Amino acid sequence: MRPQDILMPVPAGLYCKPGGFHIDPVRPVDRAVITHGHSDHARPGHGHVLATQETLDMMRLRYGDNFACSTQTIAYAETVKLGDVTVSCHPAGHVLGSAQMAVTCKDICIVASGDYKDAHDPTCTPFEVVPCDVFITEATFGLPVFRHGDTADEVKKLLASVALFPERAHLVGAYSLGKAQRVIKLIRQAGYDAPIYLHGAMEKITHYYQSRGIDLGELRPVKGVRKADLAGTITLAPPSATSDVWTRRFPDPVTAFASGWMRVRARARQRGVELPLVISDHADWDGLIATIGATGAGEIWVTHGQEDALVHWCQTQGLTARPLALVGYGDEEEEETLPPGESAEA
Amino acid sequence: MNRFAELLDRLAYEPGRNNKLRLITGYFREVPDPDRGYALAALTGALSFKHAKAGLIRDLIASRTDPVLFELSYDYVGDLSETVALMWPKSPEIAHNNPPPPTLTEVVTTLRTLAKAELPAQLMRWLDELDETGRWALLKLVTGAMRIGVSARLAKTAAAALGDKDPHDVELIWPGLAPPYGELFAWLEGRADKPVNRNPAPFRPVMLAHAIEESDFANLDASDFVAEWKWDGIRIQAVSGKGDDDKIVTRLYSRTGEDVTGSFPDLTPSLRLPGAIDGELLVLREGRVQSFNVLQQRLNRKNVTPKLIKDYPIHLRAYDLLSDGETDLRELPFEQRRAKLETFIAELDDDRIDLSAQIPFATWDALTSARADPAGAGAGEDADAVEGVMLKRRDSAYLPGRPKGQWWKWKRDPHVIDAVLMYAQRGHGKRSSYYSDYTFGVWTAGENGDQLVPVGKAYFGFTDEELLQIDRFVRRNTTEKFGPVRHVTHEPDKGLVLEVAFEGLARSSRHKSGVAMRFPRISRLRWDKPPAEADRLETLERMLKSETTITPAEPATS
Repeated sequence: MRPQDILMPVPAGLYCKPGGFHIDPVRPVDRAVITHGHSDHARPGHGHVLATQETLDMMRLRYGDNFACSTQTIAYAETVKLGDVTVSCHPAGHVLGSAQMAVTCKDICIVASGDYKDAHDPTCTPFEVVPCDVFITEATFGLPVFRHGDTADEVKKLLASVALFPERAHLVGAYSLGKAQRVIKLIRQAGYDAPIYLHGAMEKITHYYQSRGIDLGELRPVKGVRKADLAGTITLAPPSATSDVWTRRFPDPVTAFASGWMRVRARARQRGVELPLVISDHADWDGLIATIGATGAGEIWVTHGQEDALVHWCQTQGLTARPLALVGYGDEEEEETLPPGESAEA
Repeated sequence: MNRFAELLDRLAYEPGRNNKLRLITGYFREVPDPDRGYALAALTGALSFKHAKAGLIRDLIASRTDPVLFELSYDYVGDLSETVALMWPKSPEIAHNNPPPPTLTEVVTTLRTLAKAELPAQLMRWLDELDETGRWALLKLVTGAMRIGVSARLAKTAAAALGDKDPHDVELIWPGLAPPYGELFAWLEGRADKPVNRNPAPFRPVMLAHAIEESDFANLDASDFVAEWKWDGIRIQAVSGKGDDDKIVTRLYSRTGEDVTGSFPDLTPSLRLPGAIDGELLVLREGRVQSFNVLQQRLNRKNVTPKLIKDYPIHLRAYDLLSDGETDLRELPFEQRRAKLETFIAELDDDRIDLSAQIPFATWDALTSARADPAGAGAGEDADAVEGVMLKRRDSAYLPGRPKGQWWKWKRDPHVIDAVLMYAQRGHGKRSSYYSDYTFGVWTAGENGDQLVPVGKAYFGFTDEELLQIDRFVRRNTTEKFGPVRHVTHEPDKGLVLEVAFEGLARSSRHKSGVAMRFPRISRLRWDKPPAEADRLETLERMLKSETTITPAEPATS
């Protein structure tokens, strides 16, 4: 049996024929295995969904109770049998509840890692290397210009700016699932204990994080707060809101954006970001190549992102590598649009 | 170096002037000598390193990285210094030893003395020692392409703020100072006296005029004022003084005090008498003043070639005399300075320098007619280069800045056209959520009937209330989005007509329409007008024909 007989790319996503399921399908399927809660990976409308408890909870929060006909929970280190294959679940370190799914059929093991990072994140279980024959990796930051430094330094930059401009409000654009909570936690770890304000679209998922025992300090909704009272404060908002009419409620706002893309100046400028914070929930270049090496896999399949460079690098290392050319996944930050009605008044 | 890099990094993203000032002043407060002095030198453009070129940087990165990965990365990032800074792999040896990164002072002083052949190895060492932002700043510094939106003037203003001094005072002593400006910082921090300007030809802060409004005339007495033409050139201060060896030293300063002497070697020999003239730089051909468009060909050139000098002969038209020999005249009333200026210019007796003529008038009505018809009121054939009228109180002392009620400028009425809003882009800073940059167009015949062609961009002229209205219109009438740019509905029967005022037109090969406007701004919103009734490109072309009599010569080559 060849690896491509176990998992193959089809228009709906990555299909496991011997197991009868898709991983992170982009259109409704009978049986879905889902790696994490971001909307490009976790979509509503499947028959049966297998995922971690946190991922299922987040899907329920986002899509309502009827997001799937039936669900099944899998815990880290747990193995389940699906058809002719076994699936085991391992932390991916991307966001709360994110998982790599290891699919084993006979003696071949393929790890579908979803989105992952090997960097420290106080809001989720650390990434775990899973030895395998074929490693399926993302390549969101698959260029050697992407090296994400210490997040503590980035947060220091933010706090220094807050100290320098006490009469201005600081708006931090951050993806509402995972990034926002990680940034808040990092701000707390840097010793900032004043209340942090939240855009309405952030509240539900942030409260969910808190309910899972992640201490984020005092959080307040920004809605209804007087403009003058927002001077010197920090507010977390979805990236698209930071250039929206919504920002008019803030006194002379400094626009920050927490993202791995902030490594590249042109990307920051295009968005009108004044304070770029390089904080990424994806592995950087060094993380990608270190992980690929550590899995011991002889064959690498590269999904969304900068596939060309990563495939090229694998080949220079004597590894078999190919792009999977899956459609429908991307950088969640680019995708996040606000639900109607939330943009102006949330 | 890392602290300096952090400053550059932050400045590169900060759009607001006041915030830039605070960042720079904060840096000066925090960083000791001589590092902060070299930072000031870098920001004011006082440093240049001739050996570091883009080709060298490419060679360096090629020696360290996979060429395919470099090309893919460069393609993605789009800026050489930044790509190299981001992907530079530290040598394993360095990573192990972890030597301290160089200070800015080390970098500047080393680069000054380093032979060309030693440069590559030295740059590699530094690139190994610095972090990404440090590498980026280093490469920007050595290649001289900073592009962080900070002018020399702004950097000096930030230095002045360190000691609560007037930026003019810093400007005054600046020509006598050299990096790393130890004396300057000592004075700013109150540890020493003000440095003496040993410059024999120092800059004096310029006096500026207020724009006059119709309603101002009621409170002004015509007999208190003299009038001159306002020439459409470049305001300049031409200063000559005696140096240590008794030789004449001549300097030309822009109105902000930047030394631009090097750009006009053809003018300096004419300024052979000690004194300080406030005047206007113009290009004269066969005794006729050329338009600003022609003068512009002469400006901002790196190389001032003999051809450039011949094709664009420079001329100084004198408005005022600030010092005569060693005597400071600035306290005298304008009329007395003017008398001294007339004597001074007569004594110079040079073809390249003349007096700005005065306009005789007894009443405001008489001046109004003169302004409406400069050709008939004394400006003659040069009338096209007249930008309006200047009014100066007879008793006005020469005061720095824009003192109230002393000098007035009364510009000619601008040209006005009706154009259609085509694209809108969000502004920066306080305007960051507002669509406040507008691209507008006029009609022209196309393959499928009339179509709009963009003729310019404007981002001011409207009131805050109007900004809100346009912003709302843009948001409701967007047909497409390209990054930060919105494509706004512009059909013959649907769209927004903007009345655009502008000062002049020039032919431009860079614009699709073939014309470029000078100083365009939104003067009125024409909600009442359907886009079909906006102006046509032909109207602009006719204006162009009457404006430009001489086609600009080809750009001078070195």
